[in-house]
Amino acid sequence: MKRFLLRRLLWFFLTLLAVITVAFALMRGVRGGPFDGERPLPPAIEKNLRARYHLDWPLWKQYLQYTGPLNLDEHGPQWLGGDGTRPLGGVLTGDLGPSFRYRDFSVNDILAQSLPISMQLGALALCLALLIGVPAGIASALARGGGFDALLRVSTSLGIAVPGFVLGSVLLYLFSLRHPLLPVAGYGTWRHWVLPTLALAAPFAAYAARLTRAGVLETIALDHVRTARAKGLPESLVIRRHVLRGALLPLLAWLGPAAAGILTGSLVIERIFAIPGTGTHFVNSALNRDYTLAMGVTIVYTTLVYAFNLLVDLASAAIDPRIRLEESA
Amino acid sequence: MLPAAACLALLGGCAGGLEGEAELAFTNAGEVASLDPAAITGVPEGKLARFLHEGLVIKHPRTLEPLPGIAESWTIRPDGLVYRFVLRADARWSNGERITAQDFVYSFERLLSPRTAAEYAYQLWYVRGGQRYTSETDAQGNPRHAFETVGIRALSERELEIELEAPTPFFLDILGSVPLMPVHRGTIERMQKLHPDSWRVEWLKPENLVTSGPYVLAQRRIQDRVRLKKNPNYWDRSRIAFETVDVLAVEHLNTMLNLYLTGASVWCDNLPTHALAKLKGRADFQPAPYLGVGFYRFNTTRPPLDDKRVRRALALCIDRAVICEKILAAGESPAWSFVPPAARGHVPVELLHAAAAEDNRAAARALLAESGLSLPALEILFATQTINKDVAEVIADGWRRELGFSAKLSNQEARVALDSQKNLRYDVARSSWVGDHPDALGFLEIFRSDSVNNRTGWKHARYDECIDRARRALEPERSALLREAETILMDEAPIAPIWFFVTKNLVSPQLGGFHENALDEHFPQFWHWKDQGGGRR
Repeated sequence: MKRFLLRRLLWFFLTLLAVITVAFALMRGVRGGPFDGERPLPPAIEKNLRARYHLDWPLWKQYLQYTGPLNLDEHGPQWLGGDGTRPLGGVLTGDLGPSFRYRDFSVNDILAQSLPISMQLGALALCLALLIGVPAGIASALARGGGFDALLRVSTSLGIAVPGFVLGSVLLYLFSLRHPLLPVAGYGTWRHWVLPTLALAAPFAAYAARLTRAGVLETIALDHVRTARAKGLPESLVIRRHVLRGALLPLLAWLGPAAAGILTGSLVIERIFAIPGTGTHFVNSALNRDYTLAMGVTIVYTTLVYAFNLLVDLASAAIDPRIRLEESA
Repeated sequence: MLPAAACLALLGGCAGGLEGEAELAFTNAGEVASLDPAAITGVPEGKLARFLHEGLVIKHPRTLEPLPGIAESWTIRPDGLVYRFVLRADARWSNGERITAQDFVYSFERLLSPRTAAEYAYQLWYVRGGQRYTSETDAQGNPRHAFETVGIRALSERELEIELEAPTPFFLDILGSVPLMPVHRGTIERMQKLHPDSWRVEWLKPENLVTSGPYVLAQRRIQDRVRLKKNPNYWDRSRIAFETVDVLAVEHLNTMLNLYLTGASVWCDNLPTHALAKLKGRADFQPAPYLGVGFYRFNTTRPPLDDKRVRRALALCIDRAVICEKILAAGESPAWSFVPPAARGHVPVELLHAAAAEDNRAAARALLAESGLSLPALEILFATQTINKDVAEVIADGWRRELGFSAKLSNQEARVALDSQKNLRYDVARSSWVGDHPDALGFLEIFRSDSVNNRTGWKHARYDECIDRARRALEPERSALLREAETILMDEAPIAPIWFFVTKNLVSPQLGGFHENALDEHFPQFWHWKDQGGGRR
């Protein structure tokens, strides 16, 4: 177990480093910079601005400054020619740098404010999705071929196919504009959360239902289930104890990356409902050439994907005795 | 059930941290880039800054004429070179300290300093020595000249003198603009000492920010809102009608509209195009001329666009009426000159054209025939946006039908498109220009041959001379020079003006003191609910 975790941690650092490097190269490879506007700056001013953010340094030096752990500017370590007031810096020390677009904040500030909001909304939507999706999937599998099963299959197809902005707009029209029950947008009270949670949860609920249904159907035909039934166990106990364990494995495998995605926020839902989360930063930071913020959200996303996949592996091993952690690593 | 319990726990944790609702709320496009006057260049930032900061002068909410702000009066030497301001005796920072002439000297030095790296430092380059102070730096990036070489001096605690390089008729407008609003030296220096190398700007945090304007910062949540509270030490506090104001950061145009329509916001300053037809004629939607022009640039370094007859033919053969009425649809007007009519004291010079579209098309064909050139497939470059594409389609269609060549549409992501323009990697490119001050020079000087804004490759010696002389001239010579410059520009046609902008404010008719104006700038010190009276000026 300890070895498994250590190995995972090592791989995590290597992956993160690769992601940072590729993201850095991609961001800098794109034409146009953070200070380009419809109104270009006088060259003297642009020079001052680039100097302030070290964009006048050679790229390799900017890269090393960004990753750290040494601070290469005038406050860096004395043996590098700095004054030694701040020898360390960069991502490896937990400092994601200044935002190029939101000048009053560091990237750490922005993520510290927006990530909890996205995570709350995402967790809420995920819980709702599982609460609806898993029981619906089980019921549909057990009543295979029946009316409920057909209904569920149609509605899950819809849930997956209808894009978030359509569902969000329909919900808005029905519950905010046509019948003014809930606020149209914003953040503050629980009433602001109802519509975005529903809109965000719908496709996840549909996926969860489908995966659960497929898992149950697959497991129910296995030998150990037949044996359990042959022992004369009541059907509900067979389902709970022998079917669900195996049936939930595919759901669990999907849940890792899905959770990382939903917890870092949805661009579409956050825009439509004006939720101050992280989702909008994923796209806007790239459009604004806000190099550091774009890298910051990428790093956060990578970390979450990694963390959730780890959790999923641990949970799978706990549920299914056939899975060993050493092998899966 | 574990998920159910988690749901409830999360719901409990969802409530925000704001105390009650604000008396007034409106939407402002997206999260502002900064609250620091020296870091502000954008429109949404300006809207918010006018709540927090106030300059020597403010502007009349309708006419934009300069009115006394922190300065109660001023005199201008007859040669237009020296301005002397007397500050109000009762002008105070939000912490109760007096606002002095030294505060302005500090703030202007900060704006100009290369260390600040302010984008709008050039607003003070009209001041003697200002440009040198920003531009000439030593190896460490510090200014090479002492600030004493710049023409800004405090004569006493309440008297400030500013000396200009050349008479600048719109200098008072500049003094009323956001970058020239003062900042509180004590707080900035204290925070710098406490947090010497932090990237978070501590002095702008709600608990630290000391303001000079009608409001103070109560709370700020990124991409959500800024909560403002009335500044109890503002010199004109009796005029301020609202105790609390929420400025909502909303990016999505439909969401802005929904918030307005459900009464959650009293003002939204931009509208989705699909809603314009429905809103037209409503009392709360009254578009007014706005100091901006939409135009196409021609890359004059690429044949056949190096021939002015070709450029004029293309410029003539654009169906401006259709573009304004059917596509832009907010009441924009066709543009035949580059300087918008909203510019003060300028009589626009138009591209030579006829009244009827048919005559213009005939003239375009004649010009092209005269040039003897046949046009290759040209590419129209624009930043990815449906409306840009629709405009380009109308224009390309007109050129194909009337001039017999096909134009290809090429859309690029906004900053890539700008980069293409900057490096002259285009044939024809969609552009726009919005003025900072209602003055023609700001529009015409962008086509001076060495301007970074030129981006057409077009050079004209006499044009440059007109601009240079207009920068230093007094009336009536100045107006004559600017008219001559625009005459040259319209004759040479390195650009084709297409439409003049209008404001797109949707604002509650109950909100008094709000006026449409040419800069679409709004001044919250004049706002009040209509039934409660108010408004002295």
